[in-house]
Amino acid sequence: MAVSNVTFYERVEEALHDRQLQTALDISTTRFTTGRKNALAALPEAEALRDHARRIRAHTIAHLDRYLAQFADAVEQTGGQVHWAETAAEANHIVANLALSRNVKNVVKSKSMVSEELHLNQTLEAHGMRVVETDLGEYIAQLAEEKPSHIIAPVIHKTREDVANLFRRKLQATDEDLTDVPHMTALARRVLRNEFLQADMGVSGCNFAVAETGSICLVTNEGNGRLTTTTPRLHVALMGMERLVPTMEDLGVMLQILARSATGQKTSVYTNIITGPRRTAAGQPVEPDGPDELHVVIIDNGRSQILGSELAEILYCIRCGACLNACPVYQQIGGHAYNSVYQGPVGSVVTPGLYGLDPWHELPQASTLCGACREVCPVRINIPRMLLKLRSEAVEAGLNPGWLKWSLGLYRQAVVRPSKYHFGSQLTSWISQKVADNGWIKNLPGPLSGWTDHRDFPALAKKSFSQRWREERNQ
Amino acid sequence: MTTDIKTVQLFVTCLVDKFFPETGLAVVDILEELGLTVEFPLAQTCCGQPAFNAGFWDDARAMARYTIDVLAPSDAPIVIPSGSCGDMIIHHYVDLLADDPDYAAQARAVSARTYEFTQFLVDVLGVTDLHSTATGCIAYHASCHGLRGLGLKTQPRQLLDQVAGIEPKDLPGSEECCGFGGLFAVKMSQISGAILQRKLDNIEASGADTITGTDVSCLMHIAGGLRRRGSTINVKHIAEILRER
Repeated sequence: MAVSNVTFYERVEEALHDRQLQTALDISTTRFTTGRKNALAALPEAEALRDHARRIRAHTIAHLDRYLAQFADAVEQTGGQVHWAETAAEANHIVANLALSRNVKNVVKSKSMVSEELHLNQTLEAHGMRVVETDLGEYIAQLAEEKPSHIIAPVIHKTREDVANLFRRKLQATDEDLTDVPHMTALARRVLRNEFLQADMGVSGCNFAVAETGSICLVTNEGNGRLTTTTPRLHVALMGMERLVPTMEDLGVMLQILARSATGQKTSVYTNIITGPRRTAAGQPVEPDGPDELHVVIIDNGRSQILGSELAEILYCIRCGACLNACPVYQQIGGHAYNSVYQGPVGSVVTPGLYGLDPWHELPQASTLCGACREVCPVRINIPRMLLKLRSEAVEAGLNPGWLKWSLGLYRQAVVRPSKYHFGSQLTSWISQKVADNGWIKNLPGPLSGWTDHRDFPALAKKSFSQRWREERNQ
Repeated sequence: MTTDIKTVQLFVTCLVDKFFPETGLAVVDILEELGLTVEFPLAQTCCGQPAFNAGFWDDARAMARYTIDVLAPSDAPIVIPSGSCGDMIIHHYVDLLADDPDYAAQARAVSARTYEFTQFLVDVLGVTDLHSTATGCIAYHASCHGLRGLGLKTQPRQLLDQVAGIEPKDLPGSEECCGFGGLFAVKMSQISGAILQRKLDNIEASGADTITGTDVSCLMHIAGGLRRRGSTINVKHIAEILRER
C-alpha cells in the first residue's frame, strides 16, 4: 500500500484545523456511540452474547484452515467457484480475468473494505471497464474522488452541503433534486438504478461467510447489496480469509451484535444470505433471479502473517467501527489522517500487521491507551495490548526518536538507584521552582515543549513526599 | 471495618512523591485514622509505566524487577493512590515478567496483593463513610486505567457520596479520556491538546468548582489545561477531599 509524502503529523494538523470536519465528526461519533449504548442496553443478554461472539471468533480463527476448506467445498457444491489469492495483485488479476473472459463492460460494487485494500477499481478501469460504487456513502466518496474515512460510514467527514455541491457538479442536480436529504437520495437512487440494470458484473464484499453451508452474508441498509448480487449475470464476492463463522447458528449470534455495535440498529435493513448462483435444472433456471455465476475470491493479503503473530486476535474483528466512534483520537482527527484503509484503533493494529510497521509506525503511537476501544468491541479484542506490542516492536526496530531512547535509558538508570533518583529529582525540583510562576511552568524546553504548547506544567514540589516522610518519621 | 488487616504498604507513585506530596499525606492520614499501620519502603521510585507504554519493555522490566524487590520484604496489602500505576503493577508486571524465572512468581504475588486506594477502602476494607466534611461543588473525572483496567466504576463515587457538605455535580463525558496518555501528551501533543479541550469544556459546563479523581496524572493534565485557560476551578485528588474534616 502506498504511503503518502505528507506526514502523519501534517495530516493531523490539517484535520484538527478543519472546522467542518470537527463538527461532522462530533455529530456522527456522538450519534453512533449513543445509538450503540442504547441498543445494547435494550438487549438484556448483550454481555453474554458478546462473550459468545468472542468464543465463536476465537474458535474460528484458531481452526481457520479447517473452516476455509469446509467453506470452499460447500461453495463448490452449491455451484459457485472459489479462488485463492495470496496477495492483492493476485486478487486483482483473478477478478480482472473473470471480467475480461466474460466480456464485462460495466461493474457495480457494493461496499467492500477488502476491495479498498486491492485498489480494485483502478485495476478494472485500467482494463476499460466502468466501475460504480453503489453504497451511497461509497458512491459519494467515488464522485468526490476521495477515500472512505470510516469503516461503515465512508463519508462521515462530509456535510449535507458538501454532498449537494458534489451532486450539482457531477450529476447536474437541479435545485429541486437538492431540496432535502430524501430528494438527494432519490436522485442517487435514480442514477444508481440505471447502473444496476446495465451492469454485467456485481462485486460485493462479505460480512460473514458460513463454513457449513458455503453462504456469503451481506448486511446493508440500502438494498444495494441485494441488487449488486442478483441483477448482473456475474457475481464476484471478495472475502478476507478471516471472515468465516462455522455455522448458520453462529451467524445468528454475530448478526445480533453487529448492527447494534455499528449503528445502534437492532438489525440492518437488509440481511442477505447468498448460497450459490441461480439454480438451474436441465440447463434451465429454476429460480426467478440471481447471477449465472458466483465466484468467491478468498484473500490473504498479509492476514497469514497476522495469524502467526501476537496480533492474531485482531482477526476476530467484525468491522463494526465501534472502536473508531469511541476513540478520543479518532473523534479528533477523523479517518483520513490515518491514511490507511482501516482507521482508528483497529486500523492502527491491522495496518502495520498487513503492511509492516516501518511505514506505519506512527499509528500505534496515536492512542492514549484509554481502553475505550476494548470496552466497546463486540468481540472484546484487547486492542490496547496490541498497540503496546507494536510499540515495543517499534523500539526493537529503532523507529523511535533518539531523545526518547536516550532519556528513558537515563530514567531507568536513575529509577533503579534511589540515591541517584532522589538527587536528580531534587535538582529538577530546584530548577523547576526557579522557572515556575506560582508553581506552574509555561514553557518547557526541547521535545517537552509539546506539553506546554497546550497546558501549563507543574513545578516539582519543594519537598517530596519521601523527604517529608523521612523527616517527620525520623527514618 | 471487619478485616484483620493491620498493616499496609504504601506505593505512593513517582508523581505523587515528586509533584503532589499532599495527596500522599492525605492517603496516609486516612489509612492511619482507620487504625492501619502504614509502611513506606523508602527505596521506592517509579513503577516503570512510562517506559512500558512507550514500548521500551527492557527498561520497563528492569524497573518492574526493582519495584518488586522494594516491595518484597513485607506481605502486607500494597495500596497505590493511582489506578494507572495500579493497573501497571496488577496486570502488566505479570505479563512483562511471565518468562522471567526469578520474577514471574513474585510478579504474580505482588499483583495479587496490590490495590488502588479507593478500591482498597471500598472492596477490601468495606468502608465507604470516612466521616469527611468538605465544601464546594465537586465533579468526578473517571481516569481510564482505573475505570477500564481495574473496574473502578463505583468505588470513588461511593466514597464521595458519603462526604458531608459538598454538592456533587455531574461531569458530562466523565468516563471519556482527558487526552493525557503519558508520553503521548508530549509526542502527539496536538491531538492530546485537542482531546483535553473537550474535557475542559465539559468541566466548565458542569458548574463544578472542584474536579476530583483517583489519578494525579490526569488531574495534573486537567489542572494544567484549566490554568492555561485562566480558569479558577480547583483540582484535587480524591484523598484530599476524603481527608477533610
